[in-house]
Amino acid sequence: MNKSGREACLRPPNNGGKPLFLTCSLLMFVIFLMAPFVKAQVQEEEVPSDDPVIEQRLANLSKELRCLQCQNQTLADSPAGLAADLRREIRIQMKAGKSDKEIIAFLTQRYGDFILYKPRVTFTTYLLWFGPFVLLIGGLYLLFHYIKQRRDQITEKPLSADERRRAEEMLASLPGKETT
Amino acid sequence: MLRYLIPLVIFIVLAVFLAIGLTRDPHELKSVLINKPAPAFRVPQLKAADKMISNEDMRGKVWLLNVWASWCIACRDEHPYLIEYAKSGVVPIYGLNYKDRREDALATLDELGDPYIASAVDLDGRVGIDFGVYGAPETYIIDQGGTIRFKYVGPMMPDVWKEKILPVVQELNRQGK
Repeated sequence: MNKSGREACLRPPNNGGKPLFLTCSLLMFVIFLMAPFVKAQVQEEEVPSDDPVIEQRLANLSKELRCLQCQNQTLADSPAGLAADLRREIRIQMKAGKSDKEIIAFLTQRYGDFILYKPRVTFTTYLLWFGPFVLLIGGLYLLFHYIKQRRDQITEKPLSADERRRAEEMLASLPGKETT
Repeated sequence: MLRYLIPLVIFIVLAVFLAIGLTRDPHELKSVLINKPAPAFRVPQLKAADKMISNEDMRGKVWLLNVWASWCIACRDEHPYLIEYAKSGVVPIYGLNYKDRREDALATLDELGDPYIASAVDLDGRVGIDFGVYGAPETYIIDQGGTIRFKYVGPMMPDVWKEKILPVVQELNRQGK
């Protein structure tokens, strides 16, 4: 794209804007014309299976799988080419009678556990799975420990008769406060 | 003293862990196929469409499989270097033309040169799935026995070539002798 033309489009119109509008439209037109020459990935159109059971299973399974191209999307949501290819592969395998477990095994053998949105419970993920519970229990322990310590520090002793009389006197002497 | 020190220590440990986390690229995934046999494929060649190419054809030598496509921008960055690496003759480089139109792929090789001994055509990405490809360019080092020894994701620039690829290739070649 012509650089000055591009700057012209980005600059706010200050001279009535008509020639600018024409330049921009022309540029847009040229860009549209160039579209067929842009090299693109070959992507087969995604054909849903005619078996509703397979589509349902795919919908459930692909929600638990990660698209590796756009890592924060599931395989179900992702518009990426790789995700479409993997969905196609899953359909083929389901049609061939493979169970969900077998399909997950097929995918993790190739892409690793990272493809699973819900991490597996393995040695390396213990901290991830159980860490929060350890923190919770640790926190509760500290809390009870603290409360107990305070209770030991502040022991309640019943007042002696003399102390009680003095306290009543003090309460009675408070201004504006009636005692019964 | 201790009651002020403990939170400080916890904070420092946490900060160090998070700092290490920040330096890591989440797109660089460790391949699970390292030290596993390379997935078998048998697909047409790019330049000679009537001929097939299979991973078995390369058995007995250390070779590179470079996943590329004409639509892949980063592949263009690495392309001139690939030609250099191929010329150096250190290791044969084979291509896996991933989800590409044949005419686009051939045009790219005409324009930029062809570093590959041959390119395998993976039109629907099925070979890519077997290799765990998730973004071109990717490069695999495969040993004499057909086992994947190394995978690099992203353009193989000269520093990567020198520091990561060459040492593995040389080590494998030495072991193979």
